[in-house]
Amino acid sequence: MKRRDFIRNSIGFGVLSGAALSMGRLDEVMAAENAALQLPYDFVAIKGGEAVEMFDKGIASLGGMKQFVKPNQTVVIKPNIGWDSAPERAANTNPQLVARIIEQCKMAGAKTVYVFDNSCAEESRCYKISGIEAAAKSAGATMVSGKSAGYYQAVTLPNGKRLKNAKVHELILESDVFINVPVLKNHGGSTLSVCMKNLMGVVWDREYWHSNDLHQCIADFAAYRKPDLNIVDAFRVLKRNGPRGVSVADVVTMKYQLIGKDIVALDTASAKVFGIDPKQVKHIGLAEQLGAGSSNIETMKVNRITMGA
Amino acid sequence: MRQKDLKISRVIISIIFLLFVAALFVDFRELIPTVWADWILFPQFVPSLVRFVTIPALAATGFFVILILTALFGRVYCSAICPLGILQDVVAWISKNLGLIKRYKFKKALNYLRYPVLVITVITLISGSLFLVNLLDPYSSFGRIFSDIIRPGIIAGNNGLAGLLERFDHYGLYRLNLELITWRTVLIPAITLALVVWLSLFFGRLYCNTICPVGTVLGLLSRVSLFRISMNADTCTRCGKCSFACKSNCINVKTLQVDTSRCVACYNCISVCPEKSIQYARPFNRSGNRAVTDTSKREFIGKTVLYVTALAGFSRTVLGQEEKERPAGKIPNKKNYPVSPPGSVSLVHFKDRCTACHLCVSVCPTHVLQPSFLEYGLLGMSQPHMNYSVEYCNFECTKCGEVCPTGAILPLTVEDKKLEQTGKVNFIKEKCIVFTDNTSCGACSEHCPTQAVKMVPYKGNLTIPETDTEICIGCGACEFACPVKPHTSIFVDGNAVHQVAKAPKIEELKVEEQEEFPF
Repeated sequence: MKRRDFIRNSIGFGVLSGAALSMGRLDEVMAAENAALQLPYDFVAIKGGEAVEMFDKGIASLGGMKQFVKPNQTVVIKPNIGWDSAPERAANTNPQLVARIIEQCKMAGAKTVYVFDNSCAEESRCYKISGIEAAAKSAGATMVSGKSAGYYQAVTLPNGKRLKNAKVHELILESDVFINVPVLKNHGGSTLSVCMKNLMGVVWDREYWHSNDLHQCIADFAAYRKPDLNIVDAFRVLKRNGPRGVSVADVVTMKYQLIGKDIVALDTASAKVFGIDPKQVKHIGLAEQLGAGSSNIETMKVNRITMGA
Repeated sequence: MRQKDLKISRVIISIIFLLFVAALFVDFRELIPTVWADWILFPQFVPSLVRFVTIPALAATGFFVILILTALFGRVYCSAICPLGILQDVVAWISKNLGLIKRYKFKKALNYLRYPVLVITVITLISGSLFLVNLLDPYSSFGRIFSDIIRPGIIAGNNGLAGLLERFDHYGLYRLNLELITWRTVLIPAITLALVVWLSLFFGRLYCNTICPVGTVLGLLSRVSLFRISMNADTCTRCGKCSFACKSNCINVKTLQVDTSRCVACYNCISVCPEKSIQYARPFNRSGNRAVTDTSKREFIGKTVLYVTALAGFSRTVLGQEEKERPAGKIPNKKNYPVSPPGSVSLVHFKDRCTACHLCVSVCPTHVLQPSFLEYGLLGMSQPHMNYSVEYCNFECTKCGEVCPTGAILPLTVEDKKLEQTGKVNFIKEKCIVFTDNTSCGACSEHCPTQAVKMVPYKGNLTIPETDTEICIGCGACEFACPVKPHTSIFVDGNAVHQVAKAPKIEELKVEEQEEFPF
């Protein structure tokens, strides 16, 4: 291909895909693909085991990773890698869990597995000290920068109440499967940080969210791009001084994990695990109003697995 | 060593120095360990001298080594060690290959420029300002050029390549933010670079022999160095080739004299002499003429004494006024002091020792350390400051103190760094989004490593920041994260003298065991 043609084609493709995205069809396209998916449970809650074992049991009870990842698909995993602190501080997702998810994706036939986060602290330190870079690489994933402005593409959120536009990491827009792997933790501004709050790390301009009704923006984005699978790491839980924490004294080992598709349901259940009323977490209710999912977990089919003694 | 090997040795050594020093300044991926900086920058004259005044240790004796080397071998520093000198040689080499300059010729020394520049620089230094030293020191100038102009250029290249690779789904390279580059930070290095390139394109080493205070100081010694360039009158045919090759314009073929105060010991003359009648040797071994005593040396000493006595008192008063004119109140949010980097002890300590080489700016992983404009006052221009509008200081990082060659930023252990209070937090509730909009935010507290900024209950479910200046270390995370722009509702005011913060209190966490699933 000639250089000129390459550039022309690239621009053309960019405009087309941009136009498609701006019409808000991304989620519909993804939804259509997943329509056939029938899961035995609405979500799975596991407690009492190690993070990796809990995940293996939990995902198996949903029919295995092959339910979510088809052969030759590209997968993007979005853990919380917000801070340059060690796994014991529980500010970031458990690295062993991230590695196990990658392995399961690979076993299901994933072509490429990408991992990234738009960190709050200096990125290379977050990736390194969290242990996630090393664990992900050894499990066969590709670590991608979240600090590279060039990777973010402008999209419009037609149904957003406060968040009408956002720049979203291209891996979220282009990958076949999007797996959200938050760590459950206390948050000074948004009360709790779980699945929906974790999605702030796939956009470029977080400042806008903070200055335009944080909870509404979190809900707006959750309704725009629902992950194909959410895995809540609540093995170690940062109970106070979140989302960063001051010391290991802020952390409690709770040994929980939640796995499911419904982002609102998982955040609701996570609030209960954390020990607060889900109504206190304003974005849960707002996201439900926008149709991002349901907080009515009492009526849901939940698989509760207790491991260990 | 044979005379003809001198030039090639000089070229090899100079290329090694240039590459190592340049690498330190453009290493945007943090590949070079910070301990290397100590070794690479050991012989840099001005930083070493300033550091020796701060910490009289063996590691700071590089300037002394250079003085001894100069007394023995002439200005080898200028040709083989000084990165700005070597950079000029590269430019001059290109100039010659492009045919911009065909030959140099002998010129008289511009003593009326070089000695006054040195004297005024020394006077300002003695009276407490590094302003002129910073502006003229060749190492620091080189550092600024590479940190502020070349490094962004390399990052731009990296970004271009990364952009190309990402089209093919390769994510190995990634783009870096270039928004921090402003005309204010580029101004001084750009002028220096333009001047140095212009001079070296057309006038050889004129910068080193008129403007550079280090060159002039070393020139005083190299006049009488043990080994010098000299010509043999018996064998010399006065063909002039040595003079044509001399970028210091210091070989006078008519009188067969070499102005060794300007000779930078490049040995180019030796390699072009067809008669081998120009050589690098001890003067009393020479068979040729001994240079007649130059009266300009005495003239210089006399003038120096005059300048020093006349100007010392004058500049004291000028500088005293500068201190009072600190622009308190002009800066938004009434910041009384700029924030100097952790390890810099106090504003006075820092301003008196920083030569603005910008190595800390280059190695700072978050880029919170930025060249200042007028934050430290006019005389502190381009000494780096903590710019919290662009980033914040990484809690665990101690790199700036590890690389600083002058002792302006002293090395800190990570434990000490986490308690070094460079400034204190100020919160203006009336500007806070929680107060004005009644919506959640917490960006400041979220980023605070010590929870000196803590979210406390406000209205309903809302929380609002509360500050504790005792445990605040002034890292600027809150100010950086605050979405109220440009004059944030929470900000750090610098400590004129850095203090030790209290460690955050760690209370025990009470947990209730959950027997069953809570849903």
